[in-house]
Amino acid sequence: MSVNNKIDFSQFPDATGHFGQFGGRFASETLMYALQHLQETYNKLKDDPEFQAEFDKDLAHYVGRPSPLYLAERLTEKWGGANVYLKREDLNHTGAHKVNNTIGQALLAKYTGKPRVIAETGAGMHGVASATVAARLGLECVVYMGAEDVQRQIQNVYRMKLLGAEVVPVKSGTQTLKDAMNEAMRDWVTNVDNTFYIIGTVAGPHPYPQLVRDFQSIIGREAKIQLQEQAGCLPDALVACVGGGSNAIGLFYDFLTDESVEIYGVEAGGDGVETGRHAAPLSAGRPGVLHGNRTYLMADENGQIQHTHSVSAGLDYPGVGPEHSWLKDIGRVNYVAANDDEALDAFRELTRSEGIIPALESAHAIAYAKKLAKDLGKGKNIIVNLSGRGDKDMHTVAAIDGIEI
Amino acid sequence: MSRISETFARLESEGRKALIPFVTCGDPNTGATLAILHAMVEKGADIIEVGVPFSDPMADGPAIQLANERALKHNVGLSDVFDVVAEFRKTNNTTPIVLMGYLNPIEWMGYEVFSERAGKAGVDGLITVDLPPEEASEFSKLVRSKGIDPIYLLTPATAVDRARKILEAGSGYVYYVSVKGVTGSAKIDVTDVAENVARLKNDGGLPVVVGFGIKDPETAAAVAAVSDGSVVGSVLVNRCGELESESNDEIASQVSALIGDMRQAMDAA
Repeated sequence: MSVNNKIDFSQFPDATGHFGQFGGRFASETLMYALQHLQETYNKLKDDPEFQAEFDKDLAHYVGRPSPLYLAERLTEKWGGANVYLKREDLNHTGAHKVNNTIGQALLAKYTGKPRVIAETGAGMHGVASATVAARLGLECVVYMGAEDVQRQIQNVYRMKLLGAEVVPVKSGTQTLKDAMNEAMRDWVTNVDNTFYIIGTVAGPHPYPQLVRDFQSIIGREAKIQLQEQAGCLPDALVACVGGGSNAIGLFYDFLTDESVEIYGVEAGGDGVETGRHAAPLSAGRPGVLHGNRTYLMADENGQIQHTHSVSAGLDYPGVGPEHSWLKDIGRVNYVAANDDEALDAFRELTRSEGIIPALESAHAIAYAKKLAKDLGKGKNIIVNLSGRGDKDMHTVAAIDGIEI
Repeated sequence: MSRISETFARLESEGRKALIPFVTCGDPNTGATLAILHAMVEKGADIIEVGVPFSDPMADGPAIQLANERALKHNVGLSDVFDVVAEFRKTNNTTPIVLMGYLNPIEWMGYEVFSERAGKAGVDGLITVDLPPEEASEFSKLVRSKGIDPIYLLTPATAVDRARKILEAGSGYVYYVSVKGVTGSAKIDVTDVAENVARLKNDGGLPVVVGFGIKDPETAAAVAAVSDGSVVGSVLVNRCGELESESNDEIASQVSALIGDMRQAMDAA
């Protein structure tokens, strides 16, 4: 991986928001002023000790960081290969990595004096995390959610409502995450004067991919120190699931310059990448432009964005964060896919062997880690990002088992 | 001289303002679109903006979203749009056609192929909603080499120095977005439009047309009086939607009737 000798990852995105050919700011003129303003604000605040101290304090006392790095001994033994460490983002307040980012962006909203926040959500985890921080800061909160996802994730919808957020079901297009994002953008254009848009993943127009990555990169910084303490070494490999890719970039970012660390991003293979029914743009898509950035996408022959399929709503997105597209093209990260059935097997296996019920999204990472642990063999160390807990998926898994709850 | 500059020169000499209707190609089918284009020219359209259907029209309100969905039911894509424009050009070689849409269908086709085919079909201008000038330098050169004007949007929030850059980057005309919001949004403030348009004309020298939120003949006339023209979209595509099951001639006749009313109001003002 000699490519790393030439790349200073901290210099990306460049000043115009690009990661090589990816990223950028492909937004309508109606949003350019707000994006420019956000970039200026963020550039000022990211190096401001007071802002950082407030962010760190919230992560420690409100989110509960650092999240543990846990050696899954029974799983390791069962698989008979490399040691499997789980970075327990599922133990964060609200049950997933999403809150790291919403804390950061809510602080930006506060510093810019915006009384109203909006968010898009797929599985509902980012919506819940946004509604949570909005409740805590006393901000008005509107969450856009595809009408189909509202049905699939009824419990998270109720959580958001309890937290005081308004949940707007989006009935346009495919009625899933991408359409929720379209609708949030439309709201933002209309209410840009008093509204902060909390984007939930490392996508969107510049500076979102950068600032979401920065807020999530705490995951990898902690994991690096924790493995050093527990095993006295760097990991041999990292594994994380990739939908938009915020938990993955959060784990990967601090290790990009460590050439000995192999990095794997696991996309949703759905029924199998070869069937076309999947959500794996890095495995089977090509570069295009959606939601403000150039990145790998799934689209038909006319460039219309395609319907995706995954058992996990949180990975059900036809694009991916632009930094991942770049990391794929420069060969720093390997992007692979795990199918629905593999993820479900991993979901059950982790639950039974460690007493940890993972989110179906995170189960994709577990599924790939199983193969990798065997390939790497004993004595090696893998860190898997356990990005969220599986409570939200009880209905989905029970339905697959033919049980109504 | 391009068809767009010829059009504005002619309008100026006649002391009239541009009436620029927008319809989505393939809404509800490509035959209807062709009939609508011709009928609107007859009723006084000066330039026509033709929407290229896209699955994720982020800057558009419900009316144009639905228009896109109606077109996409028949998988209408860029190739169909070029066919419609080429067919229109067989009998009309004067009315400028400006394509308006989003970048991904163009990315998918490839910038060079797109520019080549658009030029051949007889396209005069291109508005790509999610392609600001910062990201467009290479593409702009390509489309210009085929005689196509890259047309940019300006908004009330666009800063003065940025507006100057945009005015430099674009050609043909500038599209001033009159309201904060998506297409088809709330009513516009004509006094505010007048001030901003005057400033932009002073800075750029390009014709400035105004759109987003023009729904009736009175507003079209009032806005045109303080600018170089009015763009009308959502009311037209709404009518296309209502008439989805009618014959193409009926759709063309009713949609163009709306344009006729606006033309009268603008010319009377």
